[in-house]
Parts: sequence; structure tokens; C-alpha cells
Amino acid sequence: MDSTAHIAMSGVSLTGIRKTYGVRTVLKQIDMELSQGELVCLLGPSGCGKTTLLRILAGFETPDHGQVMLNGQDVTHLPPNKRRMGMVFQAYSLFPNMTALQNVRFGPRVRGLGDTKAQLADAERLLGMVGLAAHIHKFPHQMSGGQQQRVALARALAVKPDILLLDEPLSALDAKVRAQLRSEIRRIQQETGITTVFVTHDQEEALSISDRVAVMSEGHVLQMAPPAEIYRTPADGFVARFIGAGGVLAGIADGAGVRVGNTYVTAYAASQHVTGSAVELFLRPEHVLLTARNLPAPAGAVTATVHEVTFFGSLTRIKLGLDDGDAGEIWADLPSDNAGHFAIGMPVWASWAPESPRVLARQ
Amino acid sequence: MSVTASEVETPLPPARARKAYGARKTLSVGNWIIIALGAVFFITPLVMTGIFSLWEGGSKYGWSAYGMMLTAPGFWSSLFLSLRLGVETMILTAVLLVPAMIFVHLKAPKLKPLFEFISNLPFVIPAVALIAGLTTVYTGPAWLISTPNYLVIPYFFLCLPYTFRSLEVGLGTLDVRTLTEAGQSLGGGWGQIIFLVILPNLRTALVGAVLLIMTTVIGEFTFASVLLFHNFAVFINDTGQNAITEAAALSLFAFLLTWVFMLGVLITSRRGAATVGGAH
Repeated sequence: MDSTAHIAMSGVSLTGIRKTYGVRTVLKQIDMELSQGELVCLLGPSGCGKTTLLRILAGFETPDHGQVMLNGQDVTHLPPNKRRMGMVFQAYSLFPNMTALQNVRFGPRVRGLGDTKAQLADAERLLGMVGLAAHIHKFPHQMSGGQQQRVALARALAVKPDILLLDEPLSALDAKVRAQLRSEIRRIQQETGITTVFVTHDQEEALSISDRVAVMSEGHVLQMAPPAEIYRTPADGFVARFIGAGGVLAGIADGAGVRVGNTYVTAYAASQHVTGSAVELFLRPEHVLLTARNLPAPAGAVTATVHEVTFFGSLTRIKLGLDDGDAGEIWADLPSDNAGHFAIGMPVWASWAPESPRVLARQ
Repeated sequence: MSVTASEVETPLPPARARKAYGARKTLSVGNWIIIALGAVFFITPLVMTGIFSLWEGGSKYGWSAYGMMLTAPGFWSSLFLSLRLGVETMILTAVLLVPAMIFVHLKAPKLKPLFEFISNLPFVIPAVALIAGLTTVYTGPAWLISTPNYLVIPYFFLCLPYTFRSLEVGLGTLDVRTLTEAGQSLGGGWGQIIFLVILPNLRTALVGAVLLIMTTVIGEFTFASVLLFHNFAVFINDTGQNAITEAAALSLFAFLLTWVFMLGVLITSRRGAATVGGAH
């Protein structure tokens, strides 16, 4: 059996998915395969089609074209209640007339999974797993937003789904609860081994929780890869700009570097492009080194001026303008303890390892 | 094992403490005067009607009008007819209006303004015109058109502005789409979702609609009179032609019945507000 067949038998496969609303095509030829037990984040800006894709997986929308396979079975036209999927919604979707325990028991009850005693024990176990053992008899209006989403997660898991779908489940929560619940979702997902699709527009969330991230824009999946690969080797300019911070310098490929205005910037990746072709050079802030101008220039350094200094706690982000007026701006992240010397208007040398910049054809 | 949610999240304040945020304002003397004037305006006619219903001629007062009322031919039958018609109107509303409104909320929200416009028509169409129109449109088997059962149709329309509004408010406080999709994702069919999720959360709205129907139907006179059926309001009117103190007693009785239903609406809506409102 080849690897594709294995994926199709034990995970999820989307083939040629297209979806149009009126004159607007929101999904354009989506092909995607998820392995058993992996967590994939659909990441993209508002309107990129990520929620529509999730709703197609859930069965709430039917694609105009294409096929959804789950465990080797074509479920494209199967109604949502016939699919073995659990879903957590962005809005608190607990049934207001039921306690946490009753909410979690709802799925097994309507699906007829096990007897009442087993359903009760399983619901209590799941509520314990999400840290709500002491709150099982509370109604939704008696719980905080974070607690409600935990119940929603336990409820989705109670039906023993083949796939867990999470539609921006943390976006309504405050930052502290969001970070905590995020790591709990990952822990529970790894413990249960359920294939999970997580929709988010928060790149930090996507990078920290996923096995793979699918970056979407205008109905396309632009890149689907592990978080580190997405960050380090973005497939195109959109992905590079959307994921993480960084400076983008437009220039012309010239051997092992890029000519940006009148400045020559060393970047080995430029050698993959035809000399004279239009490219963009992406520099992550953690790769940029700063040296005061009164010190000797490091190899390959360019002259720049500090334009902005932003304190982020453990690190400080410094915005630099290259002294060649046309060259553009880049950022440098420094440990805050070392960033005190750099003030706005200060002339500096900016340098980086020649292998650090990513060079992509300009679109 | 994970930490418990309560360790990291601040729990909501207890209900008693939350209530304290909305402490009642003290009413001024001016407010009390307005309330007293309003009370006099509403209560005086009732008291006078009550006194008049007890009048037995000359300076004699007693309960004879009430005794005659309870033993009058047609009292119980007309009362039970009105109550029965109220129940039948409720059933028709539950069967037609509730699913239609859930459907509009879920699948055709753009139709809501049209639905609202139609539901308000009984307010602007005179009752006589409405019944004249309905009798030409709604025909059918003898058990329907030759019996008081026929009144259920105009009563459904007559109550529509109230029932629609009550259900609309109920549905508006629920995220029907998300709850339905959550129910579906858990394996629930339409019937299970409507009966286990949507309707229990519409309890307040449903009870409100039911009580408004009963109140409206018990007091309805025009349709029944035009179509020559003897419901309770027609009975009161007929009695008033011959026995004026008995009619006053009947009016008070009908008023009391209406108040019982209205009290039901108030109590139920207060109970429900805490449950549904807290979910958001």
C-alpha cells in the first residue's frame, strides 16, 4: 500500500474542493490530506475560505466540486449528523437548558453510544480531563467563557469522533485563558490521538499547536507544512509576510546577493534566481545583528538608522531604515538587556549570515 | 492531569451578588403619585363593576348575580368552547408557526421582514373585513366549516402579531444556527434538535405565546358573533341584553381569567429570563 492510500484509509482526504457563493468563489481547487492523529491548522486572513473548508469537512456545506474522504469512505454528501466528527465552535455553543454533564452526554445519548451508566461515566471522565470535575452540574450561564469552551471540547470528544474540528475556538477568550486552553487542547489531542483540524487567523496559535499548518489565501492553500518549515522557508511572498515578522526588501538578483536600490545585500539564496530577475528578500528579525557605527563594520553589513524601538518584555524590536533611501525597512530583535544602547536616530551597521535571508521571485 | 479551570479562571460572581449590581432605584414622591393615579384609573371601573354586580335592586346587595351566572344555560358550554378553541389555536400555532419561524431563522433570514409584515396584518385589517375575507378563502369539510372549530383559523391570524413577537424575541435570544449545528455535529437529527435543544430554550417564549393566545381567544367577540357561534364573549354580550348585573359579574369573571393568564406570562417570563439570558 502506498502512502497516499494509507492516508486515505486512516485519515482525511480532500480532493479538488471548489465552493462558490453567487459570483464569489471562496474555495478554488483545494487538495489536502491529513494523516491519522495529526493536528492541522488552517491559517489565513478573514475571508480566505478556511471556515468554509472546515464546514465542508463537517458537512454543513456541500462543495460544488470535489470529494471529501474520511477513513476511506466518501462522505462528501453525508449529512453532518451521520459523520463521525466532533466540532467546537467559535461562539459558545453549549445548550443553555443543559448542565455541563448533560451537554457532554447529549451526543452519546442521541447516537445511542453505550448505556446510561457508561455515558455518565464517560462524560464525567471527559469533564475531568478538561479540568471541570467540580463544575459538572453547572449550567452554561454559570460558567466563564473558558469553562464553556472546555465543556464544548469535552462534548465534542464524547461522541468518539474520527476527526475533531475546531472553528476558532479560542478567539472569544482573553489572552491568558487562550494560551492555557491552547496547550490543553494540544495535550488532549495528543493523548486521544484524534485527527484534528483547527481553524485560526492567529499565526502564533497555529505555529505553537500544529503538526502542520495550511496557509490559505483567497481560496487557495498556498503552503502546507510543519510550522518550522512554514516559518523558515515560506513558499511565497504572501506566506512570508503573513507568518512571523520580518523585513521585505525588493530588489534584483545578482549572483549570491540581491541589489536593493544602490545597496548590495548578500544572500546565498539569490543564486537560485536568474541574475537580473525581480526578487524579494525576506529577513527575519532574529537574524539581523546590529553594531554601532563607530565600531568596525561586520562582513556584508549595510548602513542603517534606528527608526523605532519597541519593548516587548524579554526582547526589544528595533525598526531600521536602510540608509539607501529606496532600500526599505527591516527589523531586528534583540534581548532587551542588550538593546539599551540603541536609540531612535542612531546610525548602525545591520548584518546577517548570508544563508539567513529567504529570496523569492517577486509577484 | 491538568489543572482545574477554576484555578486559573476567575469564576463568575454568585447569582445573588450579580443581582446586587442592578439594585432597585427608590421611587420619588412624584413617581408614587403617577402610579397612584394610574391605579385609581384602572381599579375604579373594576370596583364599580364589582359593586354593581352585587346589586340586587334597591339598597340590597348580594351574590345572586354570581349564582345565576354559574347556573345560567350556556355559561359552562361557552366557557369550555372558548377554552377549547384556545387550546386548538395553540396547537395550530405550535404546528405551523413554530417550525416556520425556526426555518426562517435558520435557512431564510432574509424572509424575516416579510414574515414580520404579514404577522402584523391582523392589526391593520378590521376584524369584520378579515372574517369576510377568510370565509371566502377557507372552505372545507363540514366538521370544520359548520362547527366552531372553524374559528381556530381566524383566531390563529388574530393571535399572530402576539405569537410572532413572542417567538421572535425567544429566537432572538438564542443563537439558533450555532445550537442547531452543534446538535447536528453531535449526531442529532432535526427532531432531536428541535425537541431537546431549541424548544426547551424557547420555553418562556412558548408559554408567553400560549397564554397570550388564551387571553385573546377568551375575550374574542367579533369573529364568533359574525359567524354565529356562541363562545364566552358572545355569551357575556347576550346575557347583558337581559340581565345587566349578571353581565357585570361575567365581565369581572372574564377579567379575572385574563389576569390569571397574564400573571402566568409574567411569572414564566421572569423565570426564563435568567436561564436564557445567562447563556450569552
